[in-house]
Amino acid sequence: MIKVKNLHKSFGRLEVLKGINIHIKEQEVVVVIGASGSGKSTFLRCLNKLEDITSGEIIIDGISLNSDANVNLIRREVGMVFQRFNLFPHMTALENVTLAPQIVRKASKKEALEIGLELMNKVGLADKINEYPRRLSGGQQQRVAIARALAMKPKVMLFDEPTSALDPEMVGEVLAVMRDLAREGMTMVVVTHEMGFAREVGDRLVFIDDGVVAEEGDPVEVFNNPKNPRTQAFLSKIL
Amino acid sequence: MVIDWGLGIENLPILLRGAKITIQFTVVSVFLGSILGLFFALGRMSRIPILKYFCVGYIDFFRGTPLLVQILLIYVGVPHLFGFTMPDNYQYIAGYIALSLNCAAYTAEIFRSGIQSIDPGQMEAARSLGMTQYQAMRYIILPQAFKVVVPPLGNEFIAMLKDSSLLAFIAIEDLLYSGKIIVGRTFQPMPIYLTVALIYLFMTMALSLLVNYTERRLGKSD
Repeated sequence: MIKVKNLHKSFGRLEVLKGINIHIKEQEVVVVIGASGSGKSTFLRCLNKLEDITSGEIIIDGISLNSDANVNLIRREVGMVFQRFNLFPHMTALENVTLAPQIVRKASKKEALEIGLELMNKVGLADKINEYPRRLSGGQQQRVAIARALAMKPKVMLFDEPTSALDPEMVGEVLAVMRDLAREGMTMVVVTHEMGFAREVGDRLVFIDDGVVAEEGDPVEVFNNPKNPRTQAFLSKIL
Repeated sequence: MVIDWGLGIENLPILLRGAKITIQFTVVSVFLGSILGLFFALGRMSRIPILKYFCVGYIDFFRGTPLLVQILLIYVGVPHLFGFTMPDNYQYIAGYIALSLNCAAYTAEIFRSGIQSIDPGQMEAARSLGMTQYQAMRYIILPQAFKVVVPPLGNEFIAMLKDSSLLAFIAIEDLLYSGKIIVGRTFQPMPIYLTVALIYLFMTMALSLLVNYTERRLGKSD
């Protein structure tokens, strides 16, 4: 589903990603961990070209991201959930969810509404469809953001630290929605600090350190028996 | 000479006719200037260098030179440059053009700061849903920026209303020009110009009330 070959990314003279290679299979849930500044968020943002890549190649669902012409095509297949939700504040929750299917996928208003209501129900917010984002809690906003991304019927979902901006008591409700999504077979790439989630839901754990994949493998395996000293050091600090 | 305070009231109909012209010029110029200004704002933020620098140059020129000079450039300079004789009523056309072009430069900066005040995450969210740059602007960024720009746009409206008095210089019968004519006839500057000033004051105050009201209403919806 996703092939990343020798991905490099520099901001000016600062090289953040130093050659990342990764293959992500359909229905796989890949959890990316790493210290802040390690390049894990940058890596995720490269996957839907929110960042231009410096060199290397990204192929998603058989389409190369290197050509600009494909960017909008790819983006509609790749949903993204942000740390800070980024809901559209001038629209109700439901409008947030139904806008893109109508103007990007050219769905009719009726179709978009059906999808929207179904998804709002799925994330447990059927009673909040007419609320504006500022009237929702962080956890509710993030669930709307997930519904908004799902409304485009993406083939892949990217999560950029989706629970990092949440109060602790709201983390669970967002993770629950993501867990359901994984169970339904969505291909997911999740950058997170939630090690419990990584262990339980992740099919594969990828540890990014200093712009390279320092270690990857089965989450339980990596947690219990990290091979790379840098992984050991990182895990010992957070577990 | 005795000052005849009653002259202000006596000549009110003439002055109000002038005020109507003032309002006409202001409304049309702010309307055209805002539309034009939005394009200059977008052009200024464009990644195409020629477009960008053209817009920067335009904005700097019209903000950095006196409006009166701009009016004269268009009223006298342009016909001379292209060698055509001024048609009758050319001062009106020149007046509309000069005020609109000037207003566009100011509103361009208002729109630009409004657009740039929107969290970059909004554009990212829109683009990550597959929206084009145009769609993201149209549906996500501009509706939010619009709310931000209402107060400064209102101020620009008020500034334009006052600055339009410079049109009196090229014999457009606005509020100030009407006053000047009456003064020339009656030799009573104080009552007349004071009345002129009060009419301007009345208009600007009415406008700022309108701006405040709009601002409050927009504030409610989010």
